[in-house]
Amino acid sequence: MNDTSPLIDVRDLRVVFTGGKKPVEAVNGVDLTVARGESVALIGESGSGKSVTLRSLLRLHPERRTRISGGIRIAGHDVLALGSRPLADYRGKVASMIFQEPLLALDPVYTVGAQIVESIRRHEAVSREEARKRALELFERVRIPSPARRLDAYPHEMSGGMRQRAMIALALACRPQVLLADEPTTALDATVQIQILLLLRELQRELGLAILFVTHDMGAAVEVADRFAVMYGGRIVEEGPTREVIRNPRHPYTLALMQARADGAMTKGARLASIPGSPPDLANLPAGCAFAERCAYAREACLATRPEAVDLGTGHRARCLRTDATAHALQHTEAQPA
Amino acid sequence: MSIGMSVEHIGADIHGDRGGPAQPLLSVRGLVKHFDLKKGFLETLTGGGKVVRAVDGVDFEVLKGETLGVVGESGCGKSTTARLLMHLIDPSAGEIVFDGETVGSAALPLREYRRQVQMVFQDSYSSLNPRLTIQDSIAFGPQVHGVPRREAITRARDLLARVGLEPRRFAERWPHELSGGQRQRVNIARALASEPRLVILDEAVSALDKSVEAQVLNLLMDLKDEFGLTYLFISHDLHVVRYISDRVMVMYLGKVAETGPAEALFDDPLHPYTRALLSSMPSMDPDRRTEEAPLAGDPPNPIDPPPGCRFHTRCPFAEPVCAERVPALEERAGRQAACLIHEADAGHSRNPTAIYAA
Repeated sequence: MNDTSPLIDVRDLRVVFTGGKKPVEAVNGVDLTVARGESVALIGESGSGKSVTLRSLLRLHPERRTRISGGIRIAGHDVLALGSRPLADYRGKVASMIFQEPLLALDPVYTVGAQIVESIRRHEAVSREEARKRALELFERVRIPSPARRLDAYPHEMSGGMRQRAMIALALACRPQVLLADEPTTALDATVQIQILLLLRELQRELGLAILFVTHDMGAAVEVADRFAVMYGGRIVEEGPTREVIRNPRHPYTLALMQARADGAMTKGARLASIPGSPPDLANLPAGCAFAERCAYAREACLATRPEAVDLGTGHRARCLRTDATAHALQHTEAQPA
Repeated sequence: MSIGMSVEHIGADIHGDRGGPAQPLLSVRGLVKHFDLKKGFLETLTGGGKVVRAVDGVDFEVLKGETLGVVGESGCGKSTTARLLMHLIDPSAGEIVFDGETVGSAALPLREYRRQVQMVFQDSYSSLNPRLTIQDSIAFGPQVHGVPRREAITRARDLLARVGLEPRRFAERWPHELSGGQRQRVNIARALASEPRLVILDEAVSALDKSVEAQVLNLLMDLKDEFGLTYLFISHDLHVVRYISDRVMVMYLGKVAETGPAEALFDDPLHPYTRALLSSMPSMDPDRRTEEAPLAGDPPNPIDPPPGCRFHTRCPFAEPVCAERVPALEERAGRQAACLIHEADAGHSRNPTAIYAA
C-alpha cells in the first residue's frame, strides 16, 4: 500500500437486509473513497442508507440477515473477507467508530478509564500502568477537564458533551487510521456541538485521520468535511468538494434540500420550498431514479433508467440525467425577490 | 365544498375573545417548578434534601396571534415550562393568567382551559394511542368535551383534509401505518380538534427530516392564519425558531435570559448567553468556518445552579459582582434582558452608566 491510495475504498457496495417479509435494499451500489487526512460527510435523511453504509465498514450488521456484496478496502484490509479473529483485530485498531448516543455505546458498569485500558490491552501487549498512562493522555487530548479524576468516573456521572469526548478518546485508544462517526453531535446542545465539531477537525488535522462523518445536518457537515457525499434511496446521488456542493448543487435532491432549509437568510413569512411526497420504500425501489417521483425536473427517461454519475469537473459528480437543467439553479432562485 | 364550509365553523370567531387584542393571551408570573430528588433518611427527618430547579421564577407573556419561540439548551426548563402551562404538572409557585382569567379559578376552570390550550409533542408515535384509528384519535378530545360522536368524526375528517391527509385514504388507518411526517400532521389535527386558541409546539418538527420539516412548517403557518391561532414554539433549532417566530424567549438554567422581537434578537443579541448560542450555530459557508467555540464546557446542572447570574460560570464578561447579584429581567425598548451589563447601577464595568460616569 502506498501513501497515495485512499484509506477507505468502497466499490459498488450493496447491502440487502433479508430478515423481514421482503428483502430491503438499503444500499444499492455505493462507490466512495476517503484519503488519509481527509474528512468526508455522508449526508442524507432517514432511510437514505448513510448509516448502513457506515456500519458496513466495520461489518456491524447481523451476518445471517444481511447480504453484503461489492468491495470494501480499508488501509489495505479486505474487510468483507476478514475472518472473525482478524475482524476483531481490525475493529478499533485500523478503523473505529463513534456513535450518536455515548450512553448506549459505553458500558455502564465500568469506569470510562477501565474501558479504555481494556481496549488498549486487547490490541497491544502493554502493562496496565502503561495503558492507563495512555488513557490519561487521550483524555488530555480530547480536552476533558481534570482528566485523572474523570478516568475513574462512570459514564452516567458525566455530562453529555463530556461523554462524547470520552467516547472519542475510547475510539482513538488504539491509534486507528480511520474514524467513522455516526451522527456524533446530533444529541448534543448547540454550544456543545460546536466544541465537538472543532475537536474532530483538530484530530483529523493533527493525527492525519481519515474521517467518514454521517449526518443529516448540513451545517455540522460544512464545519467538518472536506468533501460531501449526498445519499438518497441507498445511492450517492451527488458528491464533490464541500464548497462546490454547497454553492453549486447539481442533483435536484441536493438542490431541494438546500432550498428547504429554514435559514437565516429566509424572509419572514415566505413559504419554505418543501419536497413533495416522502422518501422511497427501500423494499420496493422504482426501476428508474429513486428521486424521480418527487423531482421538479423529472422527465420520462428518469423513470426508466437509474442514472450513471455525470462528471462535472473538480471531483464533482451527480447521478442525474438533468444536470444541465440544475446548473446555477440555486443562484437563480436566490436572486428572485421573495 | 363540504370541507370549506365545515372548516368555517371550526374558525376562530367562535372563541370567546374576552380582553380584546391588546390583552396578552397568556401571562405567566413568577412560575417556579422544583423537583425533589430522592431523599435520604436524615433529609426526610429534617425536611431538607436537594431539588432540581427546573423552572425558577419565570415571567413572560404570549400576545394574541403571535408566535413566541422558546430556545435554550437541555436543562434550561423550556419543556418543563410547556408542561406547566398545560397543567400536566403542578407548579411549585406562580400564576398563569389566560386572557385575563387566572387558570384554575371559578371563571376559568382547568377543564375549560385545557380545551383552549393544546400541545403537540416531539415524538409523533408515542403521542397517539396505537389502538385507535387516527380519526378516532382526533375525535376523542371533542367527545370528552361533550361533542356528539357523529359530529366529532365529521370534524376529525375535515381536519385531516385540512392538514393534507386525504380522509378517505387515511381516516381508518392506524398510527403505525403512517410515516413520521404524516403522524405529526395527525397530531396537529388532534390538537386543533378541540378548537384551541393557544397551541404549544414542543420540538414538534425536530424529529422530522428536513424536507418533511419544511412541509409541516408551511402547514403550521397556514393553519395559524386560518384558525387565528397563537403558538408557543419550543425548539433547539435556532434557524427554525428565527423563521417562524415573531418574538423569541431565550432560557438558561430555569430562568429567562432574554426576550425580544425575533429579528432584533438574532441581529443584535443583548445577553452574552444569547450571543454565544447564536454564534454556536454552524455556518453554512465553507470559507467562514467557526474557528473557536464561543463557550467551553456543558451547561451546569440545575440541581446546584451557580449563585448570582446563572451564566456567570461560562460568561466571557463575568465579573465578581455577577456571582453575587441576581440580574433582574429589565425592559428596554420592547426587549428584555437579565444581565448586569444592561442593568442600571449594577456595578458591572461594561454597564453603560459606568462607562458614562468614567
